[in-house]
Amino acid sequence: MNRETADGAQGEISDDENSTLQGSNGQQIVKKQRPVNLQLNTISFPPAAISSILHRVTGVALFFALIFVIWAWAVSVSSAEGFDMVVECMNGVLGKLIAIGTVSAFIYHLLGGLRHMVMDMGHWEEMQSGNNSARIIIGLWIVLTVLVGVVVW
Amino acid sequence: MVINQASLKRDGVQDWVSLRATAVIITFFSLYMVWFFVSTPQVTFEIWQGLFSALWMKVFTFATLVCIMIHVRIGLWQVLSDYVKNARLRVLLQYLMNLLAFAYVLVGLFVLWGV
Ligand code: HEM
Ligand code: HEM
Repeated sequence: MNRETADGAQGEISDDENSTLQGSNGQQIVKKQRPVNLQLNTISFPPAAISSILHRVTGVALFFALIFVIWAWAVSVSSAEGFDMVVECMNGVLGKLIAIGTVSAFIYHLLGGLRHMVMDMGHWEEMQSGNNSARIIIGLWIVLTVLVGVVVW
Repeated sequence: MVINQASLKRDGVQDWVSLRATAVIITFFSLYMVWFFVSTPQVTFEIWQGLFSALWMKVFTFATLVCIMIHVRIGLWQVLSDYVKNARLRVLLQYLMNLLAFAYVLVGLFVLWGV
């Protein structure tokens, strides 16, 4: 049996739609078969969804980027030779790309986190305001990243 | 019936508060670093090392590293428990990531000790 899902995709549902199990205390457990749609190209991604996944991706990326940040900090602050070495790395293409990437991920994660906290306090929670605030932080993020890119390069 | 789970496990409210409290401290530290780079015309080794040799800055830096550890402990747990369904693999990845976060704090401690 086919069923129309909210985003217009077709979800397969088997005939025994609701399978009933017996719980240990004799109560009935109804396992409702929901349509599963994991075909990403049939799901629409509004700004709020993009904003959400970006916050997650940048959070995880930052965690690993900290390897470079803390290495650079530890080496540069410990000795003059180390400092010179890090400055040299920062002048190389790879060093600049890592620095810009890290700062960019941080900027997004920060903006996304602040948006989260505003939402925690009960604002921007409607469809319209939520999507607008998502658009704004994504725009701000791109502008700030370009700015940092120009300054570092 | 709600069974109250009396255990050492953290709860959602505590995670929620911790994630935000640590985020605020990381934000302040970052803003301070941005201000430092913007307001210092030429960052030399002496100025850079001098910054971290002040006691208050050592405390601030160390506190931020501890906050990052707490923040990612919760944050990465959220991510892993969403995507990694195999319990063993999840626990292993969580363990390795928490170890890395702890290493960040240890490196910070030793470096700050030396400057
Ligand atoms: C991965 C870690 C790092 C990141 C993400 C990073 C990021 C940045 C950014 C955004 C700037 C531009 C700010 C400005 O030009 O005023 C900058 C400049 C600079 N950074 Fe880094 N930095 C990192 C590590 C370091 C470390 C640890 C040192 C210390 C040796 C260092 C030395 C410098 C210097 C001397 C400048 C000024 C360059 C100039 O004025 O031409 N960087 N960094
Ligand atoms: C070293 C820097 C940071 C790292 C490595 C990091 C990492 C992470 C990770 C992995 C998550 C989980 C993401 C998810 O569940 O989707 C997270 C969540 C979060 N982060 Fe960060 N973060 C950092 C800094 C910050 C900063 C500066 C803020 C400031 C606003 C912030 C605010 C948040 C908030 C509010 C959440 C919770 C989102 C939710 O409730 O779903 N983080 N972080």
